[in-house]
Amino acid sequence: MSSDTRDVILEARNLAKRFPVGMKLFGERQSVRAVDGVSLKVHRGETLAVVGESGCGKSTLARLLLRLIDPSEGEVFYGGRNIAALPRAEMRRLRKDLQFVFQDPFSSLNPRMSVGAIIEEPMRVHGLGNAAWRREEVARLLTRVGLRAEFADRYPHEFSGGQRQRIGIARALASGPKVLIGDEPVSALDVSIQAQVINLLEDLKQEYDLTLVLIAHDLAVIRHMSDRVAVMYLGEIVEEGATAALYAAPLHPYTRALMQAIPIPSPRARKAAVKLTGDVPSPLAPPSGCRFHTRCPLADLRCAVDRPALQDVEPGRRVACHHWQRVAKEGTAALAEPEASQAARRRLSLYRDRSERQQNSVPQSES
Amino acid sequence: MTTPVNAAPAVPAAAEENALPARSGSRAWKKLKRNKSALFGFLLVAFFVGIAVLAPILPIADPAATSWSAIRKPPSELYWLGSDEIGRDILSRMIWGAQASLLAGVVSVLIAVVVGVPFGLLAGYFGGWTDQIISRITDALLATPFLILAIALAAFLGPSLTNAMIAIGLSATPIFIRLTRGQVLSVKTEDYVEGARAVGLSDVAIMSRYILPNVFAPVLVQATLTVATAIIAEASLSFLGLGQQPPDPSWGSMLNVAKNFMTQAPWMAWWPGAAIFLVVLGFNLLGDGLRDALDPRES
Repeated sequence: MSSDTRDVILEARNLAKRFPVGMKLFGERQSVRAVDGVSLKVHRGETLAVVGESGCGKSTLARLLLRLIDPSEGEVFYGGRNIAALPRAEMRRLRKDLQFVFQDPFSSLNPRMSVGAIIEEPMRVHGLGNAAWRREEVARLLTRVGLRAEFADRYPHEFSGGQRQRIGIARALASGPKVLIGDEPVSALDVSIQAQVINLLEDLKQEYDLTLVLIAHDLAVIRHMSDRVAVMYLGEIVEEGATAALYAAPLHPYTRALMQAIPIPSPRARKAAVKLTGDVPSPLAPPSGCRFHTRCPLADLRCAVDRPALQDVEPGRRVACHHWQRVAKEGTAALAEPEASQAARRRLSLYRDRSERQQNSVPQSES
Repeated sequence: MTTPVNAAPAVPAAAEENALPARSGSRAWKKLKRNKSALFGFLLVAFFVGIAVLAPILPIADPAATSWSAIRKPPSELYWLGSDEIGRDILSRMIWGAQASLLAGVVSVLIAVVVGVPFGLLAGYFGGWTDQIISRITDALLATPFLILAIALAAFLGPSLTNAMIAIGLSATPIFIRLTRGQVLSVKTEDYVEGARAVGLSDVAIMSRYILPNVFAPVLVQATLTVATAIIAEASLSFLGLGQQPPDPSWGSMLNVAKNFMTQAPWMAWWPGAAIFLVVLGFNLLGDGLRDALDPRES
């Protein structure tokens, strides 16, 4: 994995977003810390996945990276400029390079615009080409995402979820972006459609030289698509690393718990060794010390008081845990498919022998 | 590095995805046609609009021509709907009066929509202090009774049909501000509005291309229903002498005169009363039908 040597295209520094909750006339106003001090580098040409449970702030982080919402603190650098502080007009111009794919294909397309107008709009906004060129480009994009060019005259309600998501992707590509951020771009789709859309994104990434940031909660999907993974918990990044390394040996107990929650399609698989208990604590009042200590099997007194910093443990690998060495040593036996027992292997070979014999005997009886 | 997820190839799968659902066509229009009461309302409105538009070319008497030989005549072959206290043909005055009533209804609602919708849009879209100011003024206007406000404005601007329209329009404005604001608040949370910002559209473009078309349906329904209210308001103002000025006919002023002859010439009150009833009924039925037809939740 050579991602660390490539240059950084998008970088978040100490990014935070607090949403005020309730209106209090007197006293301190409460706020939800949706994202709390996140620093993150996205390298040119890579696919970075941000994973975590729902409510951990990953969607908020995606919106902060594109400045769809303004951060409470921190900076976002794109092309050497802090886009969190850009004037609005300049930010609008920059949106040509940074595009977004939404989770819900049923609410992300304007029902009053034809598909052609939806896809053409980013080109028109950024003054690309003339009307005839844009029309051709719309047809080309529609074909490219696997739809028919004639669909340009139709309206979004005439399409299925998967088709709409393809339209959404075509629109995101129309302005010729450099970075594409997907907020769970496939989680609202049927499982059979998910693979198609993922493969499409993968192909388009190569073809258009895109950098992808994918928000997801499904680790199985992420594993096949991403170069690097950042794991979020309660508004913070708890672990970050190359996908293969992180899946092979998670260093944070939370990451390990997530991995063990992936079902293994094997009759020999047994229940996960470590289960997470309880719910995610309220971000209104996050736990002291390490935010994960209330659910962590390794937590000790220190974890409740001392907040672990996100530290580099290997090149390209960061983790925020006091006990990461212990997690590394314990390993994750439950992740691999368990070995079949002696008895099971004997039963299987008996079964194979018998079915082979049956197959051989069938043609003989017919002739 | 990256491997494609299982063996689903993108292209053949996409071809399969190209199966297109049947085109739904103009579902709202079909629903409206199936709704009997809405169709009846539509026909009523169409009838009155028809006679109002055709008034200049219909073979009817001059609505202002008096005749001393035909004072307060009951309906007859010569005067189909009878004649009034100075011998004018009531049929002719009814038809020309339809023009005044419908014009007042439609123009005042147009005023209300043109003023109210943009303010509602601004209040809903920007929120914050913009919303506070606009909404508080709207609250104050809504607290004033519709007719009182219209009378005050008509009295202030002077009695005429035009001023009555302005008065009615302004007093109907807060309804549209509030309605639009509420609709904008709900549309604003849709992903496609955020998507519009992500593409780099300006606030003005988002409001005109994304928000306005999506709040249009409820505004249209409200406008149809408000036309009915506005017609009654115009009739009321004309009845009070603050609308259409004599000798130009209007249903409200015809009723005003007719009240003096209720026992001697009741037909003078019948026709304008019935006309107001029917046209208001028509607009209400049509408005209700539109509401049902444009509501995506009902099949």
